[in-house]
Order: sequence, then structure tokens, then C-alpha cells
Amino acid sequence: MKTAKWQPNATLSTTIFGITAIGVTAFVVLTALIFAAVIWQANRVFVSDVLGTLSAEAQTLVAVNETGQAETLPAIVAQLSKNRTDRLYILAAHDGRPIAGNLKAVPKELTTSPTGGLFTYQLPGSQSSDLRAAAGISIELPSGSKLIVARDIEEQRSLVRWLQVLAIAAFLAITVGGLYLGLFASRSVLARVERVSNATQAIMAGNLAGRLPVQGNGDEIDRLSQSVNEMLEKIEQLMHGLKEVSDNIAHDLKTPLNRLRNRAEAALRSAQTPEELSAGLGQTIEAADEIIKTFNALLLIARLEAGAIEETKEPVALSALLSDAAELYEPVAEEAGLGLKITDLDNATVSANRHLIGQAVINLIDNAIKYGRKSKSDAGHASQSGLIEIGLRRENGQAVISVADNGPGISAQDRARAMERFVRLDKSRSLPGTGLGLSLVAAVARMHNGQLLLEDNHPGLKAVLVFPLA
Amino acid sequence: MRMLIVEDDSETATFLIKALKESGHTAEWAADGVTGLSLAREGAYDVLLVDRMLPQMDGLALIQTLRKEGNQTPVLVLSALGEVDDRVKGLKAGGDDYLTKPYAYAELLARVEALSRRTIPGEQATRLVVGDLVLDRLSHAVSRAGEPINLQPREYRLLEYLMKHAGQVVTRTMLLENVWDYHFDPQTNVIDVHVSRLRSKIDKAFDKPLLHTVRGAGYVVREDS
Repeated sequence: MKTAKWQPNATLSTTIFGITAIGVTAFVVLTALIFAAVIWQANRVFVSDVLGTLSAEAQTLVAVNETGQAETLPAIVAQLSKNRTDRLYILAAHDGRPIAGNLKAVPKELTTSPTGGLFTYQLPGSQSSDLRAAAGISIELPSGSKLIVARDIEEQRSLVRWLQVLAIAAFLAITVGGLYLGLFASRSVLARVERVSNATQAIMAGNLAGRLPVQGNGDEIDRLSQSVNEMLEKIEQLMHGLKEVSDNIAHDLKTPLNRLRNRAEAALRSAQTPEELSAGLGQTIEAADEIIKTFNALLLIARLEAGAIEETKEPVALSALLSDAAELYEPVAEEAGLGLKITDLDNATVSANRHLIGQAVINLIDNAIKYGRKSKSDAGHASQSGLIEIGLRRENGQAVISVADNGPGISAQDRARAMERFVRLDKSRSLPGTGLGLSLVAAVARMHNGQLLLEDNHPGLKAVLVFPLA
Repeated sequence: MRMLIVEDDSETATFLIKALKESGHTAEWAADGVTGLSLAREGAYDVLLVDRMLPQMDGLALIQTLRKEGNQTPVLVLSALGEVDDRVKGLKAGGDDYLTKPYAYAELLARVEALSRRTIPGEQATRLVVGDLVLDRLSHAVSRAGEPINLQPREYRLLEYLMKHAGQVVTRTMLLENVWDYHFDPQTNVIDVHVSRLRSKIDKAFDKPLLHTVRGAGYVVREDS
């Protein structure tokens, strides 16, 4: 079995890959949105929290300013901002000149924002152009000077940035990983499909015993393969049956065809008078008729097996059908030295093709008359002629037709074998008739969801036909 | 009798024309459905023999067309399709009888002759008479030379069918189909047993037999000359 090769188009066009790609995209977009919302909201809550604290602090400072001397506030601001880098202050005169605090100047961003906001500033004493983020509140004092209270939030800011980078990296990883997983899954599925396809090709090429590979883990492909394998099993059986049927047909038709040919040849070769010739031709026609009968029976069985009778079903009263059949055969049985009587005759109606059920019943009676004479071992009771008993009973929602004789019957192990043979065609053709009688009965029974059973009549054979009631 | 054979196989048709001629009938031949239909419309035939599978026009379509046009010429459908449902389809389409290929010529002849008599009054007669044998279809009474004969119901129907076709050969299959309504061949010759029982009742006590066996074909009820 060849291994699956990397086929970009085949891999990308598989269902699994498509579903994975759509899933990954949707997941990434949704998560990005949620991430963005969370970060934005967290940022907002944090800033407003900081601003709230700052506002309270500023109010205190303003209160101090209002109650104390004018010099107190610059001193307090200077005191507060001394050696601090996280807390930022500036007290500026109305012209913007700084009076006290650790900020170099009033941030431009805050001059127009009396309720507070974000701004950037340069770290005092730092020469670099590094700008740090801060949140602050600006208050206009009655003197016209401006007080700004702020907090450095650079750390939070870099945390957010770091989070963003992390999120993007995670999304990239998810996208790449997801698509790779999709590719992998799709390739592995493709490889299995390839194996199944190879197995199918092999089976189509004539290896009917071939089966699809099953990994044994019970996944969906395994289950599918198993059902297909069951189907293949059935097909193999049917093909086997078909072969047996065609072998049987060949045998059944070739033998009488050969007989026909022999008779024609014999008439042609050795007939001396027109009478002999015409007798030979008569025999030839008889042989042809025999072939036609066999052929018709085979065709009918084939049609039944193909289930072609479904539309011809109608309600059939079995009691009438049985008494008609018994009436037709009673004189024939009598001529053969046998009694024929109906023992039970319940009312039972089945959904059936009347002609086929009729033919099945008649085949059984025909057989009973043919084989129903008492066997030699019973010769002691010679005065007691054989009896054919026909019965119709209703049992457990089923119509049970039985035709029983006192003949030699069929021994138990042969019965089992005989039943098996009915599945295909009867193999024993040495007896008179087409030899397809019982096969036909079994086929008719099967087509009516019924069954043909062969039982011991002690002595003799009891053929039982079981049909579901209509 | 004038017949029309609608059959696409020329060898079959030639054989039938020759055989029917030997039996005292004339037959014409159409090789396809359309020709068959136009001939059947124009010619006053006594019986049509129509194959089911024909070129240009299906045999059943041909019969349906004729029947729609009011043409009641008896039709014998000949077909390789012989299962019960095919037979039902053939008769539903307007065919009067159905014969499955391959058939014995005697069977075909008997059926064709039985069909042609359908148009002759006697089908509906209340009394059937052959020689001194009388069957009363109203009282179901049968008598020969004035002596009543006691028949079982099935024996009565058998005799009724034979007498309805008095003078015509009736095959075993026809009896099985028309008296018993079985459309298949039983293995044993059940019909012979029933006919011989009937014969023992109507012929045994009399000098002149009325129920004759026709070798290779069937039976006929006829007053022998």
C-alpha cells in the first residue's frame, strides 16, 4: 500500500482543513476583541481609580491652601514631592512659572483638562528624551495659580503594552498552531482516505476478499469502514451465491440440452422409417419442454430473489386457497394410492401474491405425492396406505401451513443440509421434475417474509410454511 | 380464419404463417408495431397475435390504442415475459389471452381458436348441447340421453368450459387457467386425472364417447362422426 504524498491542493481542499481554518480565524478574531475590551476596560478603571485618589488629595491640598497661609501650600507641595518619583506635583503661578513640585512644567495635556487626564512627562533629572506616562489632575487656585497632582503610571502602561504584545504573540501562535493542526489532521485523514481508496481499487480489481483497513479505535472513519466491510461481506456472499447459481444453471440446463441433442442425433442417425424419425422428433420436443420448465422455474426464483413481486401483493384467504389446492390434488393422490385430507383449516389472511403462494402450496403437495408412499421398511403395514395431511393454523400472529406425508422423509442431518441448500439452489437434481420445487417454495416464503421449515412427521416429512398474518 | 401476426422475428412469423395455413387459417405479418397497428385498423381480422416487445411501438401500446378506438378484435399476447404480473399487465392493456414464449404450437392454435369463437354467440347461452349431452347453466344440471349425471362443482365447471368450446381443442394449461385459475404448470399431470374422472361419469356408460384426448395437445368435446 503506498503512503500518502504531500499534495498541497488535496490537503488544503479537505473538509477538515476548511473547518479548522474557519474555526481558527473566528476564534482569533473573537478572542482579540475580548482581549482588547478587557485591556481597554481595565485601563479605564485603573485611570479613573487613580484620578479619584488624586482628586481627593488635591481637594485636601486646596482646603489647606484656603485655611492656611499663602506660603503653606508651596511648602507642602515641595515637601510632598521631595524624593518622590511616583507622585508628581507642581504648583505654578498664573503665568505658568513653577513655584514648587517635582514636575518641570505644567503638562500641556492638562491645561485644557480640569477634570484630569493622561499626560507624558520627562523624568526630573533625566537627560534622555524618555517620556513616561502619568495621570494627573489640575486645579485652578483662587490666586490664579495652578496646582497639579499626578501619579506616574508608566509601569501600568508598560504592563498593558506587554499584555498586548503577549496577546498578539498568543494569537499568532494559535493561528499558526491551529492551521498546522488542521493541515496535520487533514493530511492524516487524507492518508486514511487514500488507504481506503486503495483498498477499494483492489476490491474493484477483483479481489473480493479484500477489506477496508480498520484502525480499531472506533472513530468515525473506522465505523464507516466497518459498515463498508459488512457490505463487502454481504456482496462477497451474494457473488458466491451467484456463482453457485450460475454453476447450477449451467448444470441444470446443460444436462437436458445434452439429452435433447443426443435424442435428435440418435433420430437422425438410426431412424429407418418416417415413424421412427417422428418418434425421435417427439422425444426431442419432450426434452425441449423439460428445459423450458426448468428455465421458467429458475427465472421465477431469480425474479423472486430480486424482490419483483412487491406490487402484486393482495390480501389472500389461505383457507380457500388450501381447499382449492387439496381439491385439485385429491384425485391425483388417490390415483397414487394415497389419502389426502385437510386436518385443520383456520381462517387466515395474508398479504401475498396469490399465484405464488398457490404454486408454493402445490409444489409441497406435489412433492408429498411424489415421495409420500410408505418406505419399504414399513411394508409390514402395506394395507395401511400413506396419508397426506394438509393443515392451516393460526399461531402467534402467524399463518402456519403444513403439508405432511408418511414417506421416507429426510433424515435430520440431511434436513439441515437441505435447508442450507435452499439458500441457493437445490443441488440434488437426480430426482424427476425440475428439482427446483422446494427451492421455489423457500424463495416464495422468503419473499413474503415467511419461512419454509422441514420437520419430522414420524415417519415422513412435514413441510411447514409460516407467513405473517395480514 | 384471418389472422394478423405482429412479430419482429421473421423466422417465428414465417413458421407461424406456414403452420396456421396448414391448420386451415390465413395469416398476415407485420414486423413492427406501427405497421401492425395500421394493418389491424384496416383489415377485418378474426384474431390478432401480438408480440409484446416490438420495434417502433410496444405491443401493449398497440392493443391499448386499438381498444381506445373501439376495435374489439380478439388479441392473443405473445411474450417472453411470463411472470404473473406481466400477464396481468397484458390482460389489463386489453389482451384477451396471454401466451408465454417459448410455446407449443398446439397450445397457440388451441388458444387462437378459442379466442375467435368469443365473438360467436354461445358464450352467453343458457344451455350447452353436444350430441345427447346437455348442460343447463341455470340449474347446473347435466344429463346425457335424458339420464341425469351427478357432477362435483369442479367437474361441472370443467365440463362447462369444455362444452363452451365444443369442437375445439382445449389444452391442459387452458383448463388449469380457466377452471382452476392457476397460471403455472404443476409437475404432475393433475388435469389428466380430473378429466378421466369426468370422462368416467359422462362417457363410461355410453357407446359413443364425447370427451376425446388429442395427443400432444389436450382435450376436445365433440360428437364424433
